[in-house]
Amino acid sequence: MLHTIIENRFAITAVILFVTGFVNMMVHPNLIKKVVSFNIMDSATFLMLASRGMIAGRTAAILTDGGADPSLYVNPIPAGLVLTGIVVSVSVSAFSLALIQRIYGVYGTVDMRELLEAMKKKGE
Amino acid sequence: MPFAWNLPYLSVFLTMITAILLSVIPGAKRAYWITVCVSAIVTVMSLCFLAFIVKADTAYAFTMGKFPAPFGNEIRFGPLQGLLTSVFAAVMCLSLLGGREELFEDVDPKKMGLACVMFNMVLASLLVLTYTNDAFTAYVFIEISTIAACALVMIKDSGPTLAATIRYLFMSLLGSGLFLFSVILLYAITGHLLMPQLHDGVSMLMADGSYTKVLALLLGMMTAGLGVKSAMFPFHRWLPDAHGTATTTSSAVLSGLVVKGYAVLLITMYCRVFTLETVRAFHIHDAVFVLGFCGMILGSVMAMRETHAKRMLAYSSVAQLGYVFMGLGLGTPAGVAAAVFQILAHAFTKPLLFVSVGRLASTVGHDKQLRSLRGAAWSCPLAGLGFGVGALSMVGIPLFGGFAAKVNFSTASIFGDEKVALTLGVLALSSILNALYYIPALINIWSEKNPSVKDAEKDYTATAAIILLALGVLFLGVCFTPVMNLIVRGLELM
Repeated sequence: MLHTIIENRFAITAVILFVTGFVNMMVHPNLIKKVVSFNIMDSATFLMLASRGMIAGRTAAILTDGGADPSLYVNPIPAGLVLTGIVVSVSVSAFSLALIQRIYGVYGTVDMRELLEAMKKKGE
Repeated sequence: MPFAWNLPYLSVFLTMITAILLSVIPGAKRAYWITVCVSAIVTVMSLCFLAFIVKADTAYAFTMGKFPAPFGNEIRFGPLQGLLTSVFAAVMCLSLLGGREELFEDVDPKKMGLACVMFNMVLASLLVLTYTNDAFTAYVFIEISTIAACALVMIKDSGPTLAATIRYLFMSLLGSGLFLFSVILLYAITGHLLMPQLHDGVSMLMADGSYTKVLALLLGMMTAGLGVKSAMFPFHRWLPDAHGTATTTSSAVLSGLVVKGYAVLLITMYCRVFTLETVRAFHIHDAVFVLGFCGMILGSVMAMRETHAKRMLAYSSVAQLGYVFMGLGLGTPAGVAAAVFQILAHAFTKPLLFVSVGRLASTVGHDKQLRSLRGAAWSCPLAGLGFGVGALSMVGIPLFGGFAAKVNFSTASIFGDEKVALTLGVLALSSILNALYYIPALINIWSEKNPSVKDAEKDYTATAAIILLALGVLFLGVCFTPVMNLIVRGLELM
């Protein structure tokens, strides 16, 4: 049991983080915290992905002195995917934050419930 | 390799490069017409490609970049992909033309260029979601499509559209998060991201019975993730606000196309990666069927209660997407083919309805309450006819696309081995429910003319768009056998 947990520690942490982010994103009324939760959720997937590419005792796949023997390096594909994922996640976060700023400018709140109430008052 | 096989890649490249260039090209009108031309060019390219691929009767995997499979990136296309992208690009072009007047009124002229960037990005992501042969590329373009689609809702820049956008955005992010996590799990257990290799990996795992729980989990997550994004019941709550408040062109593009891109990706994943047998083995198709079933009924019930014309159409989209999921839920190739046909039929019908309502509303000062649209059809008869064609197609009157879609679903269920009574029953019930709100709306707009309503100003582009979209609906309704044969062949070559 303990052995399994230690062996799968990255996957378990990733799942816990993913669920934390997911649930918070669904239920939290604060829009900024929703963005934070989304980032936690994405980080969980990146952790999962990066840990899949890790092979103990090997180094990053960067050629230095021409040693092209693949058995020296970890799997570089997950690292590439994580980089792509980070770019996507940054742009989505930036977009959400800009949108929340506009909403704050119009309605003066970053709380989903207050936002819906403010809309009702305005008759929208 | 014939030159025609480069056309899918070139069409993606063209839309993306246009999107980048439009961010620096000044001038609202110029940006708009460039976007219209690009979508028209992509339509022509996709149609040429479709003609070639149907003649060759094959599917082809096109290597992107210099690394071959299983390391590099690929797109894969056959007759089905050619057909879908032709329709997507054509409907994009017609939606842009149909909502032109309102688009220029709603969008700040200084920001028109940026709005056009988003239209191009939506088209690019639709093309890639249809063509891609790589699960991670699919994820990246899902996110591009999310941002672009949200931006299309908020280009109107009013309070309600901003609030609708944020709800749409967060629901979409939940969906793409689920999709990403399922792709990572799939990578973890198979070691691949390209779909043919994934398919081999999944069949190997299914054969020796290992990791079946993980497979079931990730298949469920992927279905739920893409379901959230294509407004599968009960994840549809974001749709009416987002599609109902946006400007006409955006509503038409979002309802007619964007939600379909994710459904197409789900079909690709089911057919190319998991195979329908795996989906059936985990009973995912039963869940999809039930959710589609609920969506068909409840979407229509909620549409009936609406008094705002565009929100009514948006709720009707929830019901129509329910049909797609019901078809997928049959778990048979015929069911999937019927779902693809429904995607095509709805891609023509809903933009036609949105464009017609936009035109009708322009005669009464852009008031889109059904009450205010009373008699509006007399001041713009063509839009009234367009609404009529769309509404009758939704109800399922013969000669229109919606009827053909319903015929296909019925045939698929009868030749399947289960759920026959349920499918036929829900099709009948849903047709009645559709009639209960589309027919009164149709009578409403054609009732006696209100003398205070002025005649619509001439708008040739909208006229052309309505005529062509209506012709598309009629074409699918009349010539549905060849289209269906093409879809079935496309699914075989998937």
